[in-house]
Amino acid sequence: MNRRAAEETFFKALMGISALAIVAALLGIVGTVLWKGLPTMNLDMVTKTPTGAFHLGGAGGVLNAIVGSLCLAGGATVVSACLALPIVMGLNVYSRRASRLVTFTRFSMDVLAGVPSIVFGAVGYILMRLLGLPASLLVGIIVVSLLILPIMIKAMDEMVRLVPAEMAEASAALGATRLETAFRVVARQALPGLATAVLIAFGRGVGDAASVLFTAGFNDRLPDSLGSEAATLPLMIFHQYNSPFPDVQNRAYASALILMVIILAVSVTARILTRRLSRHSIR
Amino acid sequence: MDHNSRLLKDRLIRRLILTLIVVVNVLIVGIVLALGARSWPVLEATPLGRLLFSTEWHPSDGRFGLLTFIVGTFAVTAGAVVLAAPPCLLAAVYLSEYAPRWVRALAAPLVDVLAGIPSVVYGLCGIILVVPWAGLSVLAAAVVLAVMIVPVLVHISVEVMKAVPRELREASLALGATRWETVKHVVLRKSRPGLFAAGVLATSRALGETMAVLMVVGCSVSIPRSPFDSAFPLPALFAAQYGEMFSQPRYEAALMASALVLLVIVLVFNITSQAILLRFARS
Repeated sequence: MNRRAAEETFFKALMGISALAIVAALLGIVGTVLWKGLPTMNLDMVTKTPTGAFHLGGAGGVLNAIVGSLCLAGGATVVSACLALPIVMGLNVYSRRASRLVTFTRFSMDVLAGVPSIVFGAVGYILMRLLGLPASLLVGIIVVSLLILPIMIKAMDEMVRLVPAEMAEASAALGATRLETAFRVVARQALPGLATAVLIAFGRGVGDAASVLFTAGFNDRLPDSLGSEAATLPLMIFHQYNSPFPDVQNRAYASALILMVIILAVSVTARILTRRLSRHSIR
Repeated sequence: MDHNSRLLKDRLIRRLILTLIVVVNVLIVGIVLALGARSWPVLEATPLGRLLFSTEWHPSDGRFGLLTFIVGTFAVTAGAVVLAAPPCLLAAVYLSEYAPRWVRALAAPLVDVLAGIPSVVYGLCGIILVVPWAGLSVLAAAVVLAVMIVPVLVHISVEVMKAVPRELREASLALGATRWETVKHVVLRKSRPGLFAAGVLATSRALGETMAVLMVVGCSVSIPRSPFDSAFPLPALFAAQYGEMFSQPRYEAALMASALVLLVIVLVFNITSQAILLRFARS
């Protein structure tokens, strides 16, 4: 009996250590970004675009990358949402539950979500050359929207599946078409979940660098049209870190701090929105 | 609204949605075909055996053997999974079997935050926290990747263990087993296929990681002999060499072939894990 109790205690201790190690890793990352990022952080970083000497350690900021990232991820999120919402409604309202097409689509979205972002970058590059477009905000938006589309579809699908089937049935019984059921009843009920799904996809889009490495371009100005090149925060971080100047390398951590703040803000907004919007759902 | 126009709208949208669903399902085929077409000049000129199992990488002579990079990819991935799997499994057991409710409520957002941290930020933190003692090496990349796959491993493992029926646990406890014995003989045994799938899925994620690995792996074109040697995984190859591929069409084709090889490897792992999970969910 004693041996059994000892084994229990031993493994419980191991579990505690494992859980603490994971928390420590998270704290280590957040701590490093704060510790290295705060000293080089200043107002100029978020309000100014780079001057010519910025990449040598001179004055300026990363506003171009902040705006570029937000435009890129924002545009891609809008494009993806316009495609994902009808697809998810198709899977849940228009099709019979668990039909072969529905099962297969869910499976293929799981697979597509696992495709590495560098592969999306490669395909985006091919697409860009095929269409004869230069590296630009537009191409970046197309690539990132492809990248986040399966993620958004999966997240939305999970939320819409929680809507009770009786609700759609009640709507149909009142004479609504499937279209009306989908967008006025089911989408309304799942709205908090849908908003969360959109924000999850946005967060993923903001943070990704590999897919836009050779499709969105990079420059020091604010993007003024879909055709202009757009700097992004992850790439800015990568370039700064690769710089031979220690001052510029240290700025990578300030840029990382900005990126982390954006991503945390998005995830907190998602949680608040979920709570706010659920007031109107029928329980 | 006119009755007929409502039905007409419903039918039109149905057509549109069906088309969209078919398009997202063939997207993965399109990606494979696009990469295949672009890498054709090299695939045609190099026998598959030499492309995959030769270590000769001499772009200027048109000799493209990917073995060095394939070995590098598997080395960092294997290291990451070996490092991450035991603590994640233990943490998942703790969260699903032992943790009080408030810990579980706290763990979910923490894991989400870890999942939301962008790849470049992992890379930056790896440089400060891991590279000083591990060097730019396979080990450094494995440690960074290990932290990056924690969310996938923990999340799926917890889901899988929660799916084990409560009655089984109660029966085991009623027979006088301790909690740990119940975990060992009932919960872990019952969820073994799901846990295996979680591992395979995490592997497929680690295989495709680009930016973080690129920053800490050292990128030397040689097969690593020890964990402290530098390596050059496939995604890093593609990301690091993109600037040079514009000059040489054959080189571009070879890089596209490397992306294709990466995609095929990832798909094999990914589809395997999804198939296991799907079967697990059904039983």
